[in-house]
Amino acid sequence: MHNQTCHELHSLLTNKKISSLELTEAVFNRIEKVEDKVKAFVTLTKEEALHQAKAADERIKNNQNITPLTGIPIAIKDNLCTRGILTTCSSKILANYIPPYDATAVTKIKTAGAVIIGKTNLDEFAMGSSTENSGFHPTHNPWNIETVPGGSSGGSAAAVAANEVILATGSDTGGSIRQPASFCGVVGLKPTYGRVSRYGLVAFASSLDQIGPLTKDVTDSAIMLNVLSGHDPKDSTSIDFPVPDYRKCLIDDVKKVKIGIIKDLLKEGVDPEIKKAIKDAADKLANLGAEMIEVSLPSFEYAVATYYLIAPAEASSNLARYDGVKFGNRIKGAKDLLSMYYETRRNGFGPEVKRRIMLGTYALSAGYYDAYYLKALKVRTLIQQDFEKAFGRCDVLISPTAPTVAFKIGEKVSDPLSMYLSDIATIPVNLAGLPAISIPCGFSRGLPMGLQIMGRAFAEEIILRVAFTYEQNTEWHKKSAFV
Amino acid sequence: MKINVEQVARLARLGLSEEEKALFAVQLSAILDFADNLKKMDTEALFPASHAIPVKNVFREDKVIPCENTDDILANAPEEEKHMFKVPRILE
Repeated sequence: MHNQTCHELHSLLTNKKISSLELTEAVFNRIEKVEDKVKAFVTLTKEEALHQAKAADERIKNNQNITPLTGIPIAIKDNLCTRGILTTCSSKILANYIPPYDATAVTKIKTAGAVIIGKTNLDEFAMGSSTENSGFHPTHNPWNIETVPGGSSGGSAAAVAANEVILATGSDTGGSIRQPASFCGVVGLKPTYGRVSRYGLVAFASSLDQIGPLTKDVTDSAIMLNVLSGHDPKDSTSIDFPVPDYRKCLIDDVKKVKIGIIKDLLKEGVDPEIKKAIKDAADKLANLGAEMIEVSLPSFEYAVATYYLIAPAEASSNLARYDGVKFGNRIKGAKDLLSMYYETRRNGFGPEVKRRIMLGTYALSAGYYDAYYLKALKVRTLIQQDFEKAFGRCDVLISPTAPTVAFKIGEKVSDPLSMYLSDIATIPVNLAGLPAISIPCGFSRGLPMGLQIMGRAFAEEIILRVAFTYEQNTEWHKKSAFV
Repeated sequence: MKINVEQVARLARLGLSEEEKALFAVQLSAILDFADNLKKMDTEALFPASHAIPVKNVFREDKVIPCENTDDILANAPEEEKHMFKVPRILE
């Protein structure tokens, strides 16, 4: 059961072939078997999950409020607030934080009747590309446990890939859903900025953060997007834009769809096997009737530098709230207020979070603001303009999701800049607020590769349609991780 | 060295060990050298994009509404007294 998709399990549940309780127990048995190796979770909530599973079975029995998520086990990234359940952001500073409220995304998942089985590991405060920056433990890639699962939603991606759960939520600020999806061979979707409410998502970089699904296939991605999307008065940046039924766009047809291949993301620095896989995917889509166009977005060369000024600047402001006053850990015995701040933050934050607070504080400080922060905001405009030009000619754009497959644990921890460069293909989309999906498109040395499909703002439907067509005509998503 | 680590750490209210100061001085300088690539671009005519989408202020009525879970909120307080957050003395 645990290795099936949400939509397959939904028919088994509604046809009374299985119960949610059986399914939830199967998932926990699977966790018991592999979690030692994968370490995808920070917190497991078995007792509460079994309770929710019984409630779901009741709903199904009475044929009441059944949704495609009813009775389906789901994992929540540990930077989404869950009422009464630890929400740590994989940071020591929040190791004991129990939110007094649910994130809107969590409320929607609960209302749909899904079964929350636990909270997944991440790079501390979602800052990282490997989940090695977790303040608790690294997560391992289920395809090869000596490699990273990507990040920052590495726990969610690994849990789905290892069949420890059916669905998971992630958050994506510079690629944190798509890059781990690519590394773990699953489907990861970052919706348009404003599509999904960020209320209750612990803020990292507020102008870039967006919540989205990590799933085993494109259909499940559409199902989850249906649940998560919509305006929320509690998030003033969520947009009041009609939510279509995203399942309706799952059509196996790309005839006449104009697909741009971004040549700037197939340059040196990209693994030759990944280049080949993307070219093969382009050929496949062309054979299926799509019109392929080569496009250039020259400003992408500056996207990583732009992002690593804007995101840390916003983070340095957002993380000012961890001061030991209202929640989180406070250092004991500080002699005065200032030393309480200094020591609480020194003790509570890990090295990458400190680095980014420093970088962001510097970029915003008097004398450097114009040269760094303001400059980056202007280049951001240029990146947005390059996208606009490309979307004048194309319906969607494609590229690799990441320039490499999963790297070895420890390989990049001492060189932050090389870690940052692994986000080269995912960052531009966040800077422009656009939607993008990563789907499996092959294997290199036994490790999955990802194809990224990007669209205009609120054009999730065409992205899902292209992704679905590619998936229906390939077998990559059917392979299972070894662990 | 590009960055005065001690001064920036003070602005961020961030305590750092001597090793961290030395390490960050090197690492942050490398990152800032990389960021200096942006200086090559002519951005004179461009408007700064602090957001990806057009956003506007969203106002609500300035009205007191009841807050029902103050106990859950205060349960997270590092120190609490008489249903209030307790902090170190801020006035001498």
